[in-house]
Amino acid sequence: MKPVAFDYYRPTSVEEVHALLASHGGGGKILAGGQSLVPLLNMRLARPAAIIDINRVAALEYLHANGDGLVLGALTRQQSLLENRAVAERYPLLVEAVRYIGHRQIRNWGTVGGSLAHADPAAELPVTMVALDAEITASSARGARAIPAREFFLDTLTTALEPDELLASVRLPALSPGTGWSFLEVSRRHGDFALVAVAALVTRDEAGVCTDARLVLGGVGPVPQVVEVRDLLIGQQPTPDAIAAAADVAGAVIEPASDVHATAEYRRHVARVLARRALTTAVERAGGRR
Amino acid sequence: MAEKHAITVTVNGRLYRAEVEPRRTLADFLREDLNLVGTHLGCEHGVCGNCTVLVDGKSTRSCLMFAVQADGREVLTVEGLAPNGDLHPLQRAFWEHHALQCGFCTPAMLLTAYEYLTTRPDAGTDEEIREAISGVLCRCTGYQNIVTAIRAAAKQMAPSP
Repeated sequence: MKPVAFDYYRPTSVEEVHALLASHGGGGKILAGGQSLVPLLNMRLARPAAIIDINRVAALEYLHANGDGLVLGALTRQQSLLENRAVAERYPLLVEAVRYIGHRQIRNWGTVGGSLAHADPAAELPVTMVALDAEITASSARGARAIPAREFFLDTLTTALEPDELLASVRLPALSPGTGWSFLEVSRRHGDFALVAVAALVTRDEAGVCTDARLVLGGVGPVPQVVEVRDLLIGQQPTPDAIAAAADVAGAVIEPASDVHATAEYRRHVARVLARRALTTAVERAGGRR
Repeated sequence: MAEKHAITVTVNGRLYRAEVEPRRTLADFLREDLNLVGTHLGCEHGVCGNCTVLVDGKSTRSCLMFAVQADGREVLTVEGLAPNGDLHPLQRAFWEHHALQCGFCTPAMLLTAYEYLTTRPDAGTDEEIREAISGVLCRCTGYQNIVTAIRAAAKQMAPSP
């Protein structure tokens, strides 16, 4: 349980990070909170030639208001999301999701950028960022580009980042007024990876009519699964029947895998139940009935 | 072999200078280089939480941090809770409430509780205490008395009215 030897770099600026990534041509691995990478190193499942430790790049650790939205630096610690007023007021969905991430010891160091770049299919933040329609900024010595969260996750542990790119920040657009939220998860033990995770956002106008609905599932496929439920919910009062129909779609479209933790059949069942509960809570919290 | 790095780390209030290979975990540095063997290693991949120490006051799995990353930081291990041999109120409460059986998870439980009580001096609800210690596995499954001890310690540590 000891890593293989590696070269260690501790840059203090984003420019240095870019230069190190470029000079190592894919052999350099970014170390942020280390809560996913270091287990892989310890078990020698990952054997990078060089580790680029970004923990001293102060320019990556920030949480800025952006109009009614928010921009999170890659090095934003997960625990800090639970202690920030702007996050609590603007993105309660994010707070609910982060509470499911591991334990305090993990959230103290685990970062927003690290979780997204690692792209574990059962992790909470990828699901949440897709639901929030976030935009990820990747930067390198060649420049910066924005990638919608929906297009960022390509496969298990695989993202749209190029080998020389750093996940620099995440931009969260403002949510429409009257948007209700819910994040639910089932795991074997508190803090474990999700067997199934569900993020739901529902927007209602003053009359209670649904004007937008988003449902994203985690743990049921290689990447966060967007379930298209707008046709079933938009333009009407989101009744229990309509919600149940939307949840059935979630159960039907996913193709979960069986593993030692749960069978595919069980995951499908849990997905349907959690989707119904999350949509119900989001509907209750949404604008119309306040 | 990768180049060694010179580091300066404060552990339990004492300054240490050392040269470490980058792959040396903070846990191994504490145990093998500083001989502070109160930090216990269970799984070495961030599941059991038994290697928990505080780094700059934050609970940290010392198997998931390299010693080189602790350069310039302050580390508190279980040895630092009772620097002169006088038990910390948490340690006394663990003793009095039979909150340790084999004792393997005790250092991590103590430091986890220490951080928790700095943020929740009133100890909160039992559910909150249970969630707070959920990152440390006790193979003896003696959680009930640990919860009781943390609550008792909070009372002892509260400033008298």
